[in-house]
Amino acid sequence: MVAIIDYGVGNLFSLRSSFLSVGVETVVTSDPAVIRAADRIVLPGVGAFGDAAQKLRQSGLAQVVVEQARAGKPLLGICLGMQLLFDKSLEYGEHQGLGLIAGEVRPIAETIPKGLKIPHIGWNALHFGANKHPLFRYLEEGDCVYFVHSFYGAKCADSVIATAEYGAELTAAVAHKNVYGCQFHPEKSGEVGLNILRAFCEKEA
Amino acid sequence: MITKRIIPCLDVKNGRVVKGVNFEGLNDVSSPVELARYYSRHGADELVFYDITASVEGRALFTDILREVASTIFIPLTVGGGINTLEDFDRVLKCGADKVSVNSGAIRNPSLVGEAAKRYGDQCVVLSVDVKRVDGVFRVFAKGGRENTGMEAIEWIKRCVANGAGEIVVNSIDTDGVKQGFDLEMLEAVCNAVSVPVIASGGAGCMDHFTQLFQALPGVDAGLAASIFHFGEVEISDLKNTLAANGIPMRLR
Repeated sequence: MVAIIDYGVGNLFSLRSSFLSVGVETVVTSDPAVIRAADRIVLPGVGAFGDAAQKLRQSGLAQVVVEQARAGKPLLGICLGMQLLFDKSLEYGEHQGLGLIAGEVRPIAETIPKGLKIPHIGWNALHFGANKHPLFRYLEEGDCVYFVHSFYGAKCADSVIATAEYGAELTAAVAHKNVYGCQFHPEKSGEVGLNILRAFCEKEA
Repeated sequence: MITKRIIPCLDVKNGRVVKGVNFEGLNDVSSPVELARYYSRHGADELVFYDITASVEGRALFTDILREVASTIFIPLTVGGGINTLEDFDRVLKCGADKVSVNSGAIRNPSLVGEAAKRYGDQCVVLSVDVKRVDGVFRVFAKGGRENTGMEAIEWIKRCVANGAGEIVVNSIDTDGVKQGFDLEMLEAVCNAVSVPVIASGGAGCMDHFTQLFQALPGVDAGLAASIFHFGEVEISDLKNTLAANGIPMRLR
């Protein structure tokens, strides 16, 4: 069972459906007991970092997610959910993240050339570097996934497992031990995306 | 590099796709779910569903279909047609839409774009605009292109982007249905005016028209069409291979 954390941000319909289509049961929950009992955790999210981080903390779920991740349970953050894994974000002020992945979230405007559109929206190719992470074991170099974001993971070179080129090399995915994050939306990335979710669910805890 | 998107548009009335022909392997040409699956398998980068139903029953059927499509097809879905209020946004987003396209609703209530962007984020709000030249000026038309609003199109688009529209679908009434190619002049004017993604619509008659579009206007992000895909005149997978062979970045797998 995969627990999808429900903390009042975003639409979880497609995420649930995509897990179901790879044969994995999910439960959308804000119940700490259910999260603790799950095999894996997904932290979704759209919208603003500060608002989401506050909701996650106020509900007490931040503590549960961190405790479970530190205990070794596989955790996948998606989009804003990935950004929340970092130490902090500089999106409209400075906000503390969960501190599960070293690094910070910064505006892509400061790293890409002027004239490129923001947000970075659409299908872009993934690049894996020399060692392809097991999360991407069903993918090929250059497979495309769907992005929608204006901020990116920075100062996290040690944990980057995929990048996408958009005038600059942007962090597309990160991993540190049992904690994974995708800046893009696997649940909106066709077969390629489903294969990432499949790999996440197969990975031994 | 970000790829250019190819987007088929499906008009849905009372739960069925309006117009269409038999594709191989497609049992029911007017089933939105089957057609969506077919397009997705053949490389569509995104799907647009346009609800052209007027009745309450038709609208309920539409949301049922949307839910079914969104639970089996995992590419971005945009929904338009009859979007006049935040409740309309809410209704389709809950059924699995990723973006919502507003047209006449934004003209009737100019604060709709801003309110929706504030609640759901800019990336969720697509402004669709029907534009026609009147005495050499681009004018916004409402009610499916039947009524001249008198508004200058570029100003209207800029205003909606300032209010939070995250993408613009530019449908040229002048080239729509003529099948002589996209309205490059109009699209260039829009690309020069805004920095959000621009989706070209109206005028595609063959594959070359897409090549011309993306080669002439690097600022255009996507090409949208309906009939040439539905009638099988252009196969999306062929189109994308051809565009890629012409050096245009495409998602091919």
